[in-house]
Formats: sequence, C-alpha cells, structure tokens
Amino acid sequence: MSRVLIAEDLYLLRDGLVHLLQAHGFTVVAAVESGPELLKGLVELRPDVSVVDVRLPPTFTDEGLQASLAARKQVPGLPILVLSQHVEQLYARELLADGSGGIGYLLKDRVFNAEQFVDAVRRVAAGGTAMDPEVIAKLLASNARNEPLAALTPREREVLEAMAEGRSNAAISQRLYLSESAVAKHTANIFGKLGLAPSDDDNRRVLAVLTYLNKR
Amino acid sequence: MLRRFGQVATLLALLAVEIPVLVMSLLMLLLAFAVGMVFLFPPQVRLIRVVVNHHRRLVSAWTGLEIEQPYLPKPPPPVRQPDGLYRSDRTLYKTPRIPAWNDRWKWMLTDPATWRDGLWLLLEPLVKLVLVPAFLLRPAWGLRMYGLWCDLLLGATVASRLAGQVTHLTRVRNLAADTQAAEMRRIERDLHDGTQARLVAIGMTLGAAEQLMDEDPNAAKALLAKVREASSETLTELRTVIRGILPPVLAERGLADAVRALAIDSPLNVSVDVDLPKRPEPPVEAAAYFAVSELLANAARHGGAATAMIDISSEGPNLRISVTDDGMGGADPSKGSGLAGIERRLAAFDGVLALNSPPGGPTTVVMDMPSVLPVHWSDGLPKMPRWKVWTVVLLWGTAWCPLFPQGIVTAIFKIFSIPVKSWFLALYLPPFWQWPVIIGMIALGITMYVMAMRLPMRHNGPRWLMEATPRRPWCHK
Repeated sequence: MSRVLIAEDLYLLRDGLVHLLQAHGFTVVAAVESGPELLKGLVELRPDVSVVDVRLPPTFTDEGLQASLAARKQVPGLPILVLSQHVEQLYARELLADGSGGIGYLLKDRVFNAEQFVDAVRRVAAGGTAMDPEVIAKLLASNARNEPLAALTPREREVLEAMAEGRSNAAISQRLYLSESAVAKHTANIFGKLGLAPSDDDNRRVLAVLTYLNKR
Repeated sequence: MLRRFGQVATLLALLAVEIPVLVMSLLMLLLAFAVGMVFLFPPQVRLIRVVVNHHRRLVSAWTGLEIEQPYLPKPPPPVRQPDGLYRSDRTLYKTPRIPAWNDRWKWMLTDPATWRDGLWLLLEPLVKLVLVPAFLLRPAWGLRMYGLWCDLLLGATVASRLAGQVTHLTRVRNLAADTQAAEMRRIERDLHDGTQARLVAIGMTLGAAEQLMDEDPNAAKALLAKVREASSETLTELRTVIRGILPPVLAERGLADAVRALAIDSPLNVSVDVDLPKRPEPPVEAAAYFAVSELLANAARHGGAATAMIDISSEGPNLRISVTDDGMGGADPSKGSGLAGIERRLAAFDGVLALNSPPGGPTTVVMDMPSVLPVHWSDGLPKMPRWKVWTVVLLWGTAWCPLFPQGIVTAIFKIFSIPVKSWFLALYLPPFWQWPVIIGMIALGITMYVMAMRLPMRHNGPRWLMEATPRRPWCHK
C-alpha cells in the first residue's frame, strides 16, 4: 500500500487521478491544488510517491516543479513523478541533477494509458526513474553528433531509449520482444561503447545513461 | 591656424557658386510663379538643397556642430487602385507619373525647410561679408559664429523631427500590425486544419463506438482505442501550435531559461551567457526568443556549425543579443527569409540586426533593442548616505514648528494684538525684536522645507529631472 500525494489544479483531472490510483491499490493521502500546499504536504507527509503538475497556482508558471525541487532538497530522494503539458530537457536536467533517483517526468497524455502510467508511478515509488519518451527522443536528437552514440546499432539504440526511459531489463525484453539474456547482452554492448562502468542495479544503470546523455 | 585660414578661404570662395545659384533660383522662382512654368520649381528646390547640404557637411566637419537635415520625409509612391488607375485629389491617371509629380511638388512647397533654405541662401553673402573681419582676425571664432548661423536656419526644428518620427512610427506600426496579422492567420490555419479536424474525427468515431457498443462490444473497444490514440496525437499537435504562439518555458521561466532550453535542445554545442538584472516585458522576450531560435536553427541547418555562443546582456535600458557560430559563414540576408523575418519582428521595438558573416566564418549576429528594458529611476544610483536620510527625516519632522506656530500664527496674534502669549517665543521679546524674529522664523521654516525636498533631488540629480519630465521626442535621436 503506497501512500500517494496528488497535486493538480484542474478538478476533473485531479479527481480522475485520485480514482485511477485508488483503483490500483494506492492510498491517496492528500490531493492539493497549489504550490505552497504542495511543498507543505511533501515535507510534512513524506508520501511514498507524489504525482505533481508543473503548472500550479498561484503563479501558474513552474510552481509545481519548484516545489518538488525544494522538497527534494530537504528530503533527498523523495519520490516525485512530475506531469506536464509539455516536456523540456531543461526541466528534466534539473530534476535529475541531484542524481538520487526516485524521479519521473511524463507528459500528461501518458495518463491515457492507465497500465503504463501506474507502472511508471510504481517505478518512481521504488526509487527508479520514469522519463517521457519525448524527453529521451529530444535528448538523443541533441546528441546527434556524439560519436559513440552514432556507433550503436539500431537495436542497441532501441534498447538505450527504453533504458533511458527508466525500464528494467525485464520490461525492455517484453516491449522489444527479446529474451532477457539478449537485452542483457545489448546493454553490456551499449555500456562498452559509451565507456560506462556496468552495473547490475537497474536504477543506477538508468541514471548513468541519463547523466551520460546530459553531459554535453 | 593655417588650416582655419584655408577653411575660411574655401567658405569665401564658395560665394562664387552661391551667388550664381541665388540669381538662378530667383529667376526660376519668378518664372515658376509669375509666368506659370511650375515645372521649374522642383529642380530649383533640388539645386538649393545640393548647395545647402554641402554647407551642412562642411560646417559639421570643421566646427563639430552637427546640423541635422530638417526635411520632411519624402511622400510615398502613388498607390495603384484596384481598377489600375492612380489617383491624385479628384483626378484619375493611367500612369503614376503625374500623381507622383504632384505629391513631390506639394511636399517641397509645404515643407518650411524649403523656405528656410531659401532665406539662408538670400542672406548668406551678407553674413559672410559681416563675418569677414572675424574670419581674418580670429578664424576659429568666426567659423563657430558661421556654424551657429547655419544651424539657425539649416538645422532641424521640433516640427521636422516630430514629422520624421511620426513617419517612422507609422511605418513600424504598420509593420507590426502586418506581422501580427500574419501570425494570427498562421495560428488560425494550424488550428483549423489540424486540431479542429482531428476533434471532428474523434467525435465521429465516438459516435460509431456508441452505436456498436451493444451489438459488437469488441469492435467498439477497438474504436475507443483508436480514439485514445487520436486524442493523444491531437494533443501533440496542439503542443506544437502552442510552442509557435508562446513557448511554455518562456512563459514559465523567462528569456534566460528559455534560451538555455533552446541551447540544450539544439544539436550544436551552445554556450549561453545571460546577464539581465530583470525580466524584460513579455513581447520583448518573445521577439528576442524567436530571433535566437531562428538564428540557432539557421546555424545548424545552413551554416554547418558545431558550436555556437549566445550572449544576452543589458546596458541600461538597452538589450543586446549576440549569436556567434563557427559555421562556414557567407550568410546573406537577401537570400533567406529568416533574417528578414527577424528584422521585421525586431523593428516593432526599434531593434536592429547587424550581421557579420565572412565566407569561411565565423558568423556573428548582433541584435540591439534600445530602451526596451524596465529601468526603475533609482537603478544604478548610489544610495543616499544614512546621515542624509536622517537629516531629511528631521527636516520634514520639525519644519512645521518655526513656520506655523512660531511664524505665521505668531504674526496673526501680533497683527490683531491678541493679548495671549502662549508659547509664541517672539511675543516674549522686546517689541523692537518681535517682527524680525517672526519673519526669521517663517524664513527658517520655509528654508527647512526646501532643504528637505532638495536634498534627495540633488542627490539623484539628472536622473531625477529626467524622470520628473516626460521624455521629449525631439531630444531623442
């Protein structure tokens, strides 16, 4: 039973999220609608995971993001999944900057697919990451002139994308219709080509890849 | 000294040109208006303007006295009507020649500068004659006097500068309105062809799913899955449209972070240096953002660059943005429409774009937008020292005492010989001293009030004055 906090200013969406998560066995400890409330809730309630909208009252700018960053400064590694109508690499970098995992950044549309969304929430709650495919696509596009990346085979690139989104070997093998051992082989190749130290821990592996892509 | 004599000699020698020009102009003017040969008027005006402009240049070069051209802006070329004819007043013409001539003629005739030029030319020989002794004895001083004389009749006037500014503003306004209208049309098209059409399709599919629900639940489910996909695509498309209107990062974070986000998204290796004390106004931010975005895209697309540098800085109220890339250079604003588009956007803020792109690179684009940043009047001023602040507070707090009770009220008591003395100091003194003390008290009170006002005023000096008076357009070059 994970305790979850929801921050979203639109009533319909907030309500929908509450129902969705409750239906999947989460306990909603708070559903707030503004930045200051969110920060207070995050720090005082320490939820197992929070689903936070970037744009919140009172300023309707990046209130939710700022509150999340501030809360994670006070409580390192506090799991937060940030939702937004648009994704920015800049924000993704800021969220990943402390390198402690337990972070997600998804487009709001991903809520449409309940299974995948809930899966992402669980991943974040477990200390993993969930990056939107669009963030990863942009990340790879801006790394277009990176030579080690260009040396990857198309298959390895697909594995890299899935891995950067925060998926485990098991999830990748399911998605790409590969055996788990094949995925493990591909990941070993990728790490070799990019010059990264291999790691058995899924979460640490993802962070290593994201840090590598963001290094430029 | 010798140089000065040479200049004086040149001025005097120019009389040999001026006098024939004067005689010829008078003759042409006479023919134009007395005999009716009006076609002689424009060439006559142009002839005088050539001579006069030459003098403006000479005086500027020799005395440092900048003499601005006061002429009203040229009339725009005649506009072709939908029926293919050209209109001048109530007459229609087949070619633009006569309407253009009419406009030019009116422009020259109604410009006061034309007649001031004429007056100058008429008096010029006389002035030079009067100044001959000064030219010979103290040429520098003589030249200065001559410069002042030229400035008097040839310099710009308030009216001419205002007229110039009105023309400029009209052009800029039209440009801004055009740009905005084009943007609106683009957004409308995007929404109409994209989002709206997709929503219609979604609605139709939902209707079909509703009908199938009972008969064939599986088919209905498949349709619903399709709808979900379509709605996701619509959102993606809508995001693109929104980005074209106002990028969300710009709205959320301002120019600095929006440009950083651009730099991260760019395939180039971009370094960003932003030095802005405050956020500019949203329209300025948007113009700057789209300009930088376009330039980065150009560098990546055409320039073959690998790295770029963006520098955004402020100088008082002026915003300066420079974008440098290490591409192959040779960018030409007349070829691509990108640079022209940026220029149009910047023009709405009186901004200018300077491009330096030698073949082989590097390409540097510098954009200057004058007076677009908010400048608070106390910006950049040293703070008042504490003792001054306390003095001002003390003055405001105590000046009432000598002015009102000890001054004016005491004077009233004295005038009407009211027997009460109360705490009015002057009334306790011998009669001879009473009036001087009352007047002294009033003077002291007024002085204290004036001091209290003047101290902060003098501290801020010119800035205070500038902010206290509206900006006069003719002082703003």
